[in-house]
Amino acid sequence: KSKKTLAKPGVKNIVLVDGVRTPFLQSGTIYADLMPHDLARAALQGLLNRTGLPKDAVDYIVYGTVIQEVKTSNVAREAALGAGFSDKTPAHTVTMACISSNQAMTTAVGLIAAGQCDAVVAGGVEFMSDVPIRHSRRMRKTMLSLNKAKTLGARLSLLGSIRLAHLAPELPAVAEFSTAETMGHSADRLAAAFGVSRLEQDEFALRSHTLAKKAQDSGLLSDVISFKVPGKDIVSKDNGIRPSTMEQMAKLKPAFIKPHGTVTAANSSFLTDGASAVLIMSEEKALAMGYKPKAYLRDFVYVSQDPKDQLLLGPTYATPKVLEKSGLTLNDIDVFEFHEAFAGQIMANLKAMESDWFAQTYMGRKTKVGAPPMEKFNSWGGSLSLGHPFAATGCRLVTTVAHRLQKEGGQYGLVAACAAGGQGHAMVIEAYPQ
Amino acid sequence: GGSLLCLSLSAARTHVSYEVKDNVAVVRINDPTSKVNTLSRHMQAEMVEVMNEIWGNAAVKSAVLISRKPGCFIAGADINMIQACKTAEEVTSLSQEGQKIFDQVEKSPIPIVAAINGSCLGGGLEFAIACQYRIATKSKKTILGTPEVMLGLLPGAGGTQRLPKMVGLPAAFDMMLTGKNIRPDKAKKMGLVHQLVDPLGPGLKSPEERTIEYLEEVAVDFAKGLAGRKVTVEKKKGLVQKIQDFVMGLPPVRKQIYKTVHSKVMKQSKGLYPAPLKIIECIQTGIEKGNAAGYLTESQNFGKLAMTSESRALIGLYHGQVTCKKNHFGKPERDVKKLAVLGAGLMGAGIAQVTIDKGVATILKDTTEEGLARGHQQVYKGLNDKTKKKSLTTFERDGIMSLLSGQLDYRDFENADMVIEAVFEDLSIKHKVVKEVEAVIPPHCIFATNTSALPIKDIAAASKRPEKVIGMHYFSPVDKMQLLEIITTNKTSKDTTASAVAVGLKQGKVIIVVGDGPGFYTTRCLAPMLAEAVRALQEGVGPKKLDSLTTGFGFPVGAATLADEVGIDVAAHVAEDLGKAFGTRFGGGNVEVLKMMVQKGFKGRKSGKGCYVYGAKSKEKKVNSGAEDILKSFKLTAPPAVSADEDIQYRLVSRFVNEAVLCLQEGILPDPVQGDIGAVFGLGFPPCLGGPFRFVDSHGADKLVQKMKRFEEAYGNQFTPCQLLLDHAKDSSKRFHK
Repeated sequence: KSKKTLAKPGVKNIVLVDGVRTPFLQSGTIYADLMPHDLARAALQGLLNRTGLPKDAVDYIVYGTVIQEVKTSNVAREAALGAGFSDKTPAHTVTMACISSNQAMTTAVGLIAAGQCDAVVAGGVEFMSDVPIRHSRRMRKTMLSLNKAKTLGARLSLLGSIRLAHLAPELPAVAEFSTAETMGHSADRLAAAFGVSRLEQDEFALRSHTLAKKAQDSGLLSDVISFKVPGKDIVSKDNGIRPSTMEQMAKLKPAFIKPHGTVTAANSSFLTDGASAVLIMSEEKALAMGYKPKAYLRDFVYVSQDPKDQLLLGPTYATPKVLEKSGLTLNDIDVFEFHEAFAGQIMANLKAMESDWFAQTYMGRKTKVGAPPMEKFNSWGGSLSLGHPFAATGCRLVTTVAHRLQKEGGQYGLVAACAAGGQGHAMVIEAYPQ
Repeated sequence: GGSLLCLSLSAARTHVSYEVKDNVAVVRINDPTSKVNTLSRHMQAEMVEVMNEIWGNAAVKSAVLISRKPGCFIAGADINMIQACKTAEEVTSLSQEGQKIFDQVEKSPIPIVAAINGSCLGGGLEFAIACQYRIATKSKKTILGTPEVMLGLLPGAGGTQRLPKMVGLPAAFDMMLTGKNIRPDKAKKMGLVHQLVDPLGPGLKSPEERTIEYLEEVAVDFAKGLAGRKVTVEKKKGLVQKIQDFVMGLPPVRKQIYKTVHSKVMKQSKGLYPAPLKIIECIQTGIEKGNAAGYLTESQNFGKLAMTSESRALIGLYHGQVTCKKNHFGKPERDVKKLAVLGAGLMGAGIAQVTIDKGVATILKDTTEEGLARGHQQVYKGLNDKTKKKSLTTFERDGIMSLLSGQLDYRDFENADMVIEAVFEDLSIKHKVVKEVEAVIPPHCIFATNTSALPIKDIAAASKRPEKVIGMHYFSPVDKMQLLEIITTNKTSKDTTASAVAVGLKQGKVIIVVGDGPGFYTTRCLAPMLAEAVRALQEGVGPKKLDSLTTGFGFPVGAATLADEVGIDVAAHVAEDLGKAFGTRFGGGNVEVLKMMVQKGFKGRKSGKGCYVYGAKSKEKKVNSGAEDILKSFKLTAPPAVSADEDIQYRLVSRFVNEAVLCLQEGILPDPVQGDIGAVFGLGFPPCLGGPFRFVDSHGADKLVQKMKRFEEAYGNQFTPCQLLLDHAKDSSKRFHK
């Protein structure tokens, strides 16, 4: 290792005490009748149970979410109250697409580093089984005017102005507002730009599912808590892991660019419901409370680039930046956990990181950063197989790095993720001395 | 012919290459001598050779045709090749050669996929539609179309025969008669292409390079699919399509369509343009009398059209436009990265719009908040209209708008590289502005003035650095009119000119650079014609009659309507100023007519009344009776000898043309090409005549002089031909265009 530790004099050590998550389920399955804050509450309660944390020891709660349920727009607060946290603990919600809980965690790090808090719970929730579907703008306008209409005549004339077309609802799309392109479409173009073949994508997706299955079977996914779903059974396992065969995967038709695209349902992450939560503390406080922390949360970066053609290249941009900040090289990293939005996106990022030309032409670097060695990469599965509840994934990645460092005996781990809006994030995590 | 063979066999191929990948022949086109691919003799010869090799190779089961140039598939036939022909027969045989090649392509024993990225126009499109399958990228540069009509020609390599079968009669007429560009999405909907491919962003190669590679990969897959019969060409027809096909199958329906299209063309072109009528004839012959007759008519009509003066005029304009889209003054020392526009009126806001549109940060300064708000809204509306047409996304619109800074003060002018003033046309105001601005701008900043008539040197008189002062005369509406007239004084530095041209080119303008003087070139040509129009009105020719006479001659806008559009106040102002400067040559009509109209508030369209009444939504424009009353009070008797319809037309046109030639004689105009471009693109001189100079060449200077002498007798020296025109009349070998 080029560095013994990333501790810096005069900078507070901030630790991950523990992290949990609900099982990640394909949307429309067992969680279907819940609301987002129910899932978030389950994760928070799970964290309380796992850590034995006194409910009033938490200074602050930050939670991430992407698709907001309008009734619980500050889902952090609703979930915290329901989970039995002290009503004196403030909570706020952040949103930054697929890196929302990363943002929640780094917000927590910031609060602690600034000396404002000692113990913060961060997390994220996504609930895709139910999403807000709105009336059309015209219809909303009519309905709002209806509230203000004073006479029966005025109301009737407003009602009379409603046309059939106004009744067509507005569905939320996983599309960029700026470009109107769906993420899958952009991923397919990205894969094509880097010459990633369908075969490579299917192989990577199969790898993800195979590794996830293995991890699940060997009990490595210890961040998963059991959740008694109201009116349903106890859920204790992710249900999207489905190792298939290359032959079966090859049969699928492209999902976005038809008929010649390469991104299919089988090599993309699926719509998922789930929530995660982590407990972050200053090292002093954790030790004072008798905790044995799992890892240090060290340097982190956010990056952003062209939301059209480089939408999902966040990891490529964030990785060298965070490594430089830490004074590490790629070889120093023992554990890589990258968010797998699409197999094509991962493969494109790996190729970009391996390319001097790309580094020089688009990143203003002299040389490539290099691609992570596959044996250290997402070895317990990833978003493709475990599922990807947008705002919950970040905490899963960080907790998994901590667990893998413990299990595999490594010292440094790297989390990297892409997000809608052409943004990205990376964080270096250091194992807590055993 | 024979020379063709020598060319191709004598050397290694330079324009067309191919390789066989997995039983698919990938044919790549690239003209190394040009930015675009054209179907030159050389290109055709190599193509024929390559296709024959491919057809002779049993291992090849399908083929892909693709260009190696990022922005161009094939931009059309080689215009020079057509222009080099001396007779209609020669051009007809060119057409027949093209027809023959594409016929072979159409009957190819193996499927050929045209993989289109960039412009696919004219002969390029005819090539593509002869192929069995077409795939196009959704790149902004990808456009398909048959622009031949704009050169006075027709699609002469099977286009008039294949297109109607492919996209249906109405769409085929629309394409060929308007020559408009079709974007990929529309092309797919029309059935012009089968598949679309998205352009790619950065990868392991540049986006342009990788997009072409990707297009090729996709096309190769489809070619294999076609060869293996896994992909079928025939699309299932929807109900609407079936009904349309049925209806079009009825001869009386088709007859009605031909008739409607014919009368529409006659109405719009006044019969001055032969190409659209020939196109209709080709399509009709092909459908009603069969392929053989159709192809023959196509090639013969193509030959005939190539020999028309209209086609020569339009091709001349095309070449002129290409010349006027280049910077002949070199690269400016520094780029204009920040532009400031003074005055948020119609012109100022228009200039701001076409500047931010191209990514240049622009300050729009006005003196009042109302003025600024109006200008800001004009820019927003201009861009927002583009989002409605889907040529811009709302997001792009917002990004472009963020480059506009509307303000009332001179904040940030210290960072401006160029200031364009578009304030009121009054010398003392202009002087005040020059002084104010020069107090705040950096030393390198250029001061451009958008005046339509005031001499630049008079404005520059107030400047401390006249070498940085230049005229930039835009035309209204700025976002629609293509011309920019740049005016240099004898003190303007070359770098200032280079910079003004560079800015204009960035704004997408066609640029002429002329010398300084009252009215420069364009306004100076227009003024005598408008004076003559006023004369005609005084003589009792009504505005409607005047309009129909001028449009009948080929002007896109009638003289009375034009005066209303320009603004009667502006016309009065210009007529008075130039009248003072040039004397009786600018006489004829009485300026008092215009002044009286202004007094009564008849300022033209902007005030709701001018020669006509505006506002009401009725189709028929109503003549303003108030203006008629004024005309009556200034009534003059029309001299019968020079008042026939044709006489009135030539009175108007000859004064325009004479003034243009005088501008060349005096050195205001550097050359006839810029004179023609300025007149056509800025003033609407009939495109079919190719501009005043080409008109003199084709009409005959001697004939024009004869007419003018007759008018001179009746009216006086405003019709005296200038010396240069007399020189050309005397010696018929003298021509403005070679």
